Amino acid sequence: MNAKDRLKIPPVKMPEQDPAERIKNVDEVPIGYTSEMAMLEASRCLQCKTPFCIEGCPVGIDIPAFIKFIEVGDFKGAIRKMKEKNLLPSICGRVCPQEEQCQLFCTIGKARKNPGESVMIGKLERFIADWEREQGEPEKPPAVKPSGKRVAIIGAGPAGLTVAGDLIRFGHEVIVFEALHKAGGVLVYGIPEFRLPKKIVQNEVDYLENLGVKFQYNYVIGKTIPVREVVSEFDAVFIGTGAGLPRFMRVDGENLLGVLSANEYLTRANLMKAYDFPRADTPIVKGRKVITVGGGNVAMDCARTALRMGAERSLIVYRRAEEQMPARLEEIHHAKEEGVEFHLLQNPVRLVGDERGWISGAELIKMELGEPDSSGRRRPVPIEGSEFIEDTDALIVAIGNSPNPLVPASFPELEVTRWGGIVVNEITGQTSVQGVFAGGDIVLGAATVILAMGHGRRAARAMNLYLSSGRWVDLDRAMDLCMAEVR
Amino acid sequence: MYQILHKEKLGPDIYMYRFRAPDVARNRKPGQFVIVRIAENGERIPITITDVDTDEGSITLIVQAVGKTTLQMAQMKEGDFIPTITGPLGEPTRIEKVGRVLCVGGGIGIAPLFPVAEGMKDIGNHVTSILGARSSNLLILIERMREVSHELIVTTDDGTEGEKGLVTDVIRELVGKGKVYDLCIAMGPPIMMKFVCVLTKELNIPTIVSLNPIMVDGTGMCGCCRVTVGDEIKFACVDGPEFDGHKVDFDELMARLAIYKAEEKEALEYYYSKAGCRLDSTLEGGSR
Repeated sequence: MNAKDRLKIPPVKMPEQDPAERIKNVDEVPIGYTSEMAMLEASRCLQCKTPFCIEGCPVGIDIPAFIKFIEVGDFKGAIRKMKEKNLLPSICGRVCPQEEQCQLFCTIGKARKNPGESVMIGKLERFIADWEREQGEPEKPPAVKPSGKRVAIIGAGPAGLTVAGDLIRFGHEVIVFEALHKAGGVLVYGIPEFRLPKKIVQNEVDYLENLGVKFQYNYVIGKTIPVREVVSEFDAVFIGTGAGLPRFMRVDGENLLGVLSANEYLTRANLMKAYDFPRADTPIVKGRKVITVGGGNVAMDCARTALRMGAERSLIVYRRAEEQMPARLEEIHHAKEEGVEFHLLQNPVRLVGDERGWISGAELIKMELGEPDSSGRRRPVPIEGSEFIEDTDALIVAIGNSPNPLVPASFPELEVTRWGGIVVNEITGQTSVQGVFAGGDIVLGAATVILAMGHGRRAARAMNLYLSSGRWVDLDRAMDLCMAEVR
Repeated sequence: MYQILHKEKLGPDIYMYRFRAPDVARNRKPGQFVIVRIAENGERIPITITDVDTDEGSITLIVQAVGKTTLQMAQMKEGDFIPTITGPLGEPTRIEKVGRVLCVGGGIGIAPLFPVAEGMKDIGNHVTSILGARSSNLLILIERMREVSHELIVTTDDGTEGEKGLVTDVIRELVGKGKVYDLCIAMGPPIMMKFVCVLTKELNIPTIVSLNPIMVDGTGMCGCCRVTVGDEIKFACVDGPEFDGHKVDFDELMARLAIYKAEEKEALEYYYSKAGCRLDSTLEGGSR
């Protein structure tokens, strides 16, 4: 097939559950490619000599190479190629914002003048990971000689799991401390079942356990064991405790009954399986008309969860316009398909309650777009006198999270920024304390799963170098020499 | 997994458990709590630690069976395991020498009060304890509280033990006799803490309370446990569980505790239908 023929093939759509049907269950929305679909989609890739897509990948997956394997039907070859750079493809294939990363740079998308018609790299990534899981026991990497070094990882989220997977393959002993009773961090408490089935996360965790990673659940480092003790007992430590501190709006009425943070709502629904109440013990607030405040992926997750929890109406209230929503297009699209109503350029100024103290309405003010702010987006400005009351019986605050203060607060030697993020060397993830590294949302603030994995990947390289050389000062310069190999 | 080393019934629906959790035991300070989850699909509930034994590596929890989880826990036996004990969580009590301390405990609230009273006495305070319950069979830890108090007064609503009346009656009486207190620590049902605080504010005695709102993670992640203290919103799990009682909005706390009342009833009934066991209180036909 020549390039012209490849260019002519339209993107292969991934089949999805029907919207009217899927809001009655928590099963995954996209059903997945068949082998034939995947091979056809893979045949759209031009195998560019200079693959720009790789530039767009935070972990530098050799994208054309794994796609070539799929095109010719060598799925085993494809997954091997994938796992050279990404240990968690079944997760990344589902939750990475590919349209802003690899797929944004794809030559096909550029040639078709529509980045939405790029090669569906993310869907192929998901396909190949699902294929491997269906084969049963995944292939183990070759055994390595034990290094005799012990590493502690604090937090079993995307960053921590990536570090664990990399360091175990370098021969170090790895123990992961997790505050909750399950591994995965935001992958299990935050991202809903219908977007990332929990058995897929568990499967990846089982794989790491199989490689020899040890998990210590129910351990809140800084409480169950002092941070200092972990730092002194291990040869190196990675802190990946995430952005778990929910932001509230600080408006009157925010403590009314029926007002929840997105973290609480999603944790009840996902980690605690409130959708299965009373077979699972944890209940959840069930509003008939639920308002979610915010415009990110988390807000979409809440609004779509509300429908599955039986809400008759689920509203997104966002202070800017749709073009400025930080949520992925796919998430906005799915939410709309399911009937989520978008109330844009509106912002709550006050919440009102009934005589029992339950929320009964949100006073919203209309907004208009003014001059661009520091983020480059036009700043929303309230229109005076435009306030009105929107009735509601549940409201979810999904306006972001700040870095989790627990570890830094109990370990003052650790340098943090004004907003609570741990200060690190950007190349190595080194903190102000020798032997201690950090990465993911505890450094970035609330960002994405793949950026956290990218951090984890770099930190793992640096930690390995530190563990083998003992070198702390100028570790970034030593890393530079090794980075050629990573890229 | 965390093993039940010892289990003992202290009263109707009231059980004392000793769990093996060495790191929790080693690092716990008075006033801290744990999050407990007793089964795979179980909910996460906060329970204040009553005592620890660092030699044995165990913690003591006293739990009143009032709902599905606590009833299911009451069915467990010594040697059984539960999947989650996370902690010690929350800020410890500020144990300081202040002079004369009044420790007020109501019902199951005596359990979290014990380590605080012990700490307050050990550091050299004069400790007066007032312990109350609806009826004598609901009074717990009286002898152990006696060991950590210079003076101990018991009251019951129905007069079956000690003085008949409420803990607030005793506080008023003691102060009326000219006794002076530098600090009051009140732990018990929110309604009791509320009225103790109304009184101690009037009497000008600084008062610390330990709050028990609904929690999920217990590490500051969800904000389910938020309470209004003065004009600030605090998370009981990381900012508390102890707060200045004169500033706590108890009515809001009580309303928030009742958010899932209907669901709690549903869960309990679902459990009854499967497990074939009931709360003592329902078996005895008692009302709650």
